Amino acid sequence: MRWFQLLLIIACAVVVAFLLLPLVALFLRVSPGDLIAALGSGVALDALIVTLKTSAIAHLLILGFGTPAAYLLATKRWRGHSATVALIELPLVLPPVVAGIALLSVFGRLGLLGETMDVLGISISFTQAAVVLAVVFVASPFFVRQAIVAFEGVDTGLLEAARTLRASPWRVFSRVALPLAARGLATGSALAFVRGLGEFGATIIFAGSFRGVTQTLPLAIYGELDQDFEAAIAISVLLVLISAALLTAIRWVPSWNPFTLTSR
Amino acid sequence: MGAIVESLHVDFALARRNFDVELSFDLDHGLMAIAGPSGSGKTTLLRTIAGLERPMRGRIGFRDESWFDSERRIDLPPEKRRVGMVFQDFALFPHLSVRDNVAFGGTDRADEMLERMRLRDLQHERPVSLSGGERQRVALARALATDPLVLLLDEPMASLDPALRNEVRAELRDLLGGVAIPTLLVTHDFEDAAALAETIAVMADGKLLQVGTPSELVAAPRDGFVASLTGANVIKGRARAAGDGLSRVDLEGGHRVYSTDAAEGEVDVVVYPWDVAVSVELAEGSTLNHITAPIDSSVVFGNRTRVRLGPVVAELTSASSERLGLEKGMTAIASFKATATRLIPR
Repeated sequence: MRWFQLLLIIACAVVVAFLLLPLVALFLRVSPGDLIAALGSGVALDALIVTLKTSAIAHLLILGFGTPAAYLLATKRWRGHSATVALIELPLVLPPVVAGIALLSVFGRLGLLGETMDVLGISISFTQAAVVLAVVFVASPFFVRQAIVAFEGVDTGLLEAARTLRASPWRVFSRVALPLAARGLATGSALAFVRGLGEFGATIIFAGSFRGVTQTLPLAIYGELDQDFEAAIAISVLLVLISAALLTAIRWVPSWNPFTLTSR
Repeated sequence: MGAIVESLHVDFALARRNFDVELSFDLDHGLMAIAGPSGSGKTTLLRTIAGLERPMRGRIGFRDESWFDSERRIDLPPEKRRVGMVFQDFALFPHLSVRDNVAFGGTDRADEMLERMRLRDLQHERPVSLSGGERQRVALARALATDPLVLLLDEPMASLDPALRNEVRAELRDLLGGVAIPTLLVTHDFEDAAALAETIAVMADGKLLQVGTPSELVAAPRDGFVASLTGANVIKGRARAAGDGLSRVDLEGGHRVYSTDAAEGEVDVVVYPWDVAVSVELAEGSTLNHITAPIDSSVVFGNRTRVRLGPVVAELTSASSERLGLEKGMTAIASFKATATRLIPR
């Protein structure tokens, strides 16, 4: 079976090389000095501010609604439960451009809710709120899916024990389920955040690319591509660094593996 | 103290896959053990009292307080029932220290409980680093810190190292001795039940078969099932009167024994292992029943040895077993008196 081992190793090497090579090339194109200089340019800085602001708001919305939703989906079963989970996961496989069109057809001026909101004096499309909605739509499944798995991984016996110790449902959630699911939640949170940072297709269709308003880092890269390629590369490197830092940070969240508590 | 009767009232029916759990009993102060084989519905009983399982119908309550009442549509959630529960695997919170585990349900009594369960020196440890006996004490302290009205223990000995069993059992008896509230303990092990409780209820397929003190159950088991749970040999046979106030029983498998119990027809013959003597040569004496068979197994439990030969298990001191040179395969004689041979009609 030696040839088979060899095959596995070669396949793995090809995968790693193919995924890593473009990233290496990116870093070879910019020196740290160039990076800082490019970021000093107005376009990049504006885009960074727009991105951080919209991502932060979007992420708060994702965590705020996604965590309780995932807890419910993980701890209760009802008719249509699996259909609900499937619907939540749908945006994962939806092309982002389609997501943008779909959002426009709800919130756009001619959309489902557009007229009503027009009367109320609210306009969402092509504003910063549209960026936030696009990011939430595309990124939230990454969090909710992972959060369901994390909550399902918490030993039901511990939740029941908490209830016999006179803990209210809120206390069971906040003192037992939440800390024990922390690692999985953090992973999902980071995945969703990184996915949100890189959001492009839905944003450009639903929010447009207006500098200082809706132009996020990915949109800025696209915008700079034919004007200042070096700047585009510098912004790309910045995105890679932020993403890598976040994925590394997850490892610091404590994990409560159920198998470390077997009796001895 | 005195006039007030603490009383847990249980009367409910709950459907399980293979049978219905149907139970009805009252528990005043003191400790009752429910003994039965696994899958007999013991854990379901505790979970139902705690509110983690919902019966089809019935009533569960404490004194004049109703926790569940199908007619009055009452079904309090677990957190409103004031039940202290010790789970089989102890269900300690892995992310909290011993102290925070104990204080989870009741901060006021945490210090008192840590002291009483001798956990003060361990209070900053995490459950992972505790031994089985220590975890049991944390689970007990945690349950009692909420100041419950009743205490429920689910197989408290099951997840412990067998080598430490006797030690932990003595310790548990000690600690439970200080518990003033009605306590219900379930176990599959009659020896554990007898060591810990003054009253034992034998349960099978969701029903209580017999309730009594350990010695009552051993002296007069209601049927072969109860007898075998208490550790007796139960052998099927056919009895008929043999004169002189004796019954003669032809055992399944060909042996013949006598009993002072009167019986006719199909019976369960009940003999306790400690009433069976083992010898290599037949000695003249008052003992009437002798079964000659090869030894199937011989297992040492410390100073006691259990020898199985033919249809009976005998328990003798390890010293005697060694003196006789008993070992697997050799032929020996099991002897027991007709007066120690109970017959229960089937």
